[in-house]
Amino acid sequence: MIAVGFPSNVTPTYYLILAALLFTIGAVGLLVRRNTLVMFMCIELMLNAANLTFVSYARALNDISGQVIVFFTLVVAAAEVAVGLAIIVAIFRRRQNVTADDVNLLKG
Amino acid sequence: MEAVVFFVCAAAVLAGAVGVVLARNPVHSALFLLLTLVSIAVLFLQQHAALVAAIQIVVYASAIVVLFLFVITLLGVDQHESLDEPMPFQRVAALVGGALLAIGLVVMVHGNRWVTGAHSLRGELDPVRTGNVQALSKSLFTSFVWAFEMTAVLLVIAVVGGVVLARRSGHRPEIGSGEEPPS
Repeated sequence: MIAVGFPSNVTPTYYLILAALLFTIGAVGLLVRRNTLVMFMCIELMLNAANLTFVSYARALNDISGQVIVFFTLVVAAAEVAVGLAIIVAIFRRRQNVTADDVNLLKG
Repeated sequence: MEAVVFFVCAAAVLAGAVGVVLARNPVHSALFLLLTLVSIAVLFLQQHAALVAAIQIVVYASAIVVLFLFVITLLGVDQHESLDEPMPFQRVAALVGGALLAIGLVVMVHGNRWVTGAHSLRGELDPVRTGNVQALSKSLFTSFVWAFEMTAVLLVIAVVGGVVLARRSGHRPEIGSGEEPPS
């Protein structure tokens, strides 16, 4: 495992475990926080964990497609941030705060 | 050498991620996010992905974080996060579920025989650290050209959606303008 000793060579498993922990932190943060901006940042953390996994597998399998897919993930992330922040701004104009729980008009 | 860089960057990545979640001030969250993104770019560099690392810096660490900071400053720093709980067990459940998710992912990854499967299906990495620019562009414009064209459509949709959502639309909310009618 990671903690024991200080190994001299880093295998792809190390990167994958780091990505798993990063994804978990992002997921927990998404569920715990109420500020929609911080929730967005947690989504970015999860996307970055996925990117790290892709790049690690690209190196492990000596295959370029993992790095290509990171490009598409970046594009999706950029589009998501643009639209999401626009939604947040629109919500803020209505209600003067960006707490996720206050946006419950469609709640059944 | 790689181990030292990896562990330093891994510590920075995890510290930044925890900081994003725990920081009270959204500006601090954005700066912790910047720390995480830059550290991940270093990890990309270590894995023969120099071009991806550069784009990570340009797109993520510059554009997206600046966009976050811009929106935060535009809206004013919202420090008083409401603490009343519509669902009282959500935070505990989130922590327990997160711990289970972490254990599951780590066990799965650690026991995973990642070397199975076909190698170099879409093209090999460049042998030396050249950033894989040629291999990447060749793959991007042959195997992934359809997806590449679709990203153009996606970006156009995102731009139009952002403009429609963020523009001030007078006093009368229009259908599709993203605003609800005044109540």
